Amino acid sequence: MARFSGFGVTFKQMFKPRITGFYPKEKREKPERFHGRHVLNRYEDGMEKCIGCELCAGVCPAKCIYVRGADNSPDSPVSPGERFGFVYEINYLRCIHCDMCVEACPTEAITETKLFEFSFANRADAIYTKEELLVDDEGRAKRQPWELWLGGEDDKTSAWMRATSSSGDADYEGRVNWSGELGFGVREPEQGQSL
Amino acid sequence: MGMEQVGHNFMTGQLEDVVQWARRRSMWPAAFGLACCAIEMMAAGGAHYDLGRYGMEVFRASPRQADLMIVAGRVSQKMAPVLRQVYDQMVEPKWVISMGVCASSGGMFNNYAIVQGVDQIVPVDVYIPGCPPGPETLMHGILNLHEMVRTGEIMKRRSANNGGAGIEIANVLPADSAPTPVTVSIADHSSSTLAV
Repeated sequence: MARFSGFGVTFKQMFKPRITGFYPKEKREKPERFHGRHVLNRYEDGMEKCIGCELCAGVCPAKCIYVRGADNSPDSPVSPGERFGFVYEINYLRCIHCDMCVEACPTEAITETKLFEFSFANRADAIYTKEELLVDDEGRAKRQPWELWLGGEDDKTSAWMRATSSSGDADYEGRVNWSGELGFGVREPEQGQSL
Repeated sequence: MGMEQVGHNFMTGQLEDVVQWARRRSMWPAAFGLACCAIEMMAAGGAHYDLGRYGMEVFRASPRQADLMIVAGRVSQKMAPVLRQVYDQMVEPKWVISMGVCASSGGMFNNYAIVQGVDQIVPVDVYIPGCPPGPETLMHGILNLHEMVRTGEIMKRRSANNGGAGIEIANVLPADSAPTPVTVSIADHSSSTLAV
């Protein structure tokens, strides 16, 4: 009889709920503060937040960010400051999604989304330029053809807390010097960041 | 396969569909886990993600039985000849997925010990970013590869994309170049001999 006990295990499993997700149609819920691909944010008036200071490129441990700044022209400035980043490239075949660029950024120009599903058939696609990283006119990440965004997923962007916020305390939720979300200005945090 | 001279007609077109369907639906990966990416690769084979949905649940330990090599992890200079040998032992048709930033470009290990991109050794079809890529990212890359298999040419695959990597290996390493750290005779695997 013992030789059939193994079949009993299989038989019992048939009546248990199925845990397999069906990936291309549905994704698993990503955790808060998930580190996915980056976006470059803009202010509500359409100005870019990036000032081309290259701090993100300096702090990057994988050296995957390439930034070059240029002076704003007084007539049609791209960013509110003196300078703006006119070249901004991230090589996603180097990026390890450590989020140190997000912590280093003084203007919260670069943040990370929760998108993590992308793959490339050639190396050139892996280098995201500024046009691909910059959010569109509604403050949402631009979808590249090889990325899999499901409906409403760009709402659920990575909630992050600046390491340099007031006393590093997550209870300062919603204050001016704490920002919860990317996009136009400051979006509402996804849910209670107060731990 | 002895069909190189056959022109395209209705019969070969239908046959090509069948071959592509068969290749896509039972692509067996060779287990080539080198680092932390292999943990995510194992998770992709587990119950929550279940690569068996694509007919890929058998990670073969023998390269002779595998169609797809998932290079999961950083490839050291010492591992590079082994990787090339495993690739050469696989039978055509064969594909390579470079999983994770370390395999794709060296990642944060920009030093003398790590091969800066596994496409210097083997032709890579799909690059998957992430450190490590999650099981869903790996499945995205696998589905990307399946789509390439479904729409691609079955006969002229290697010569069409120049050996897969888009790099002229003959130009990178001329025949009379100085000895390289990797002691694989790459000259034997030019694009002409790699053609199916």
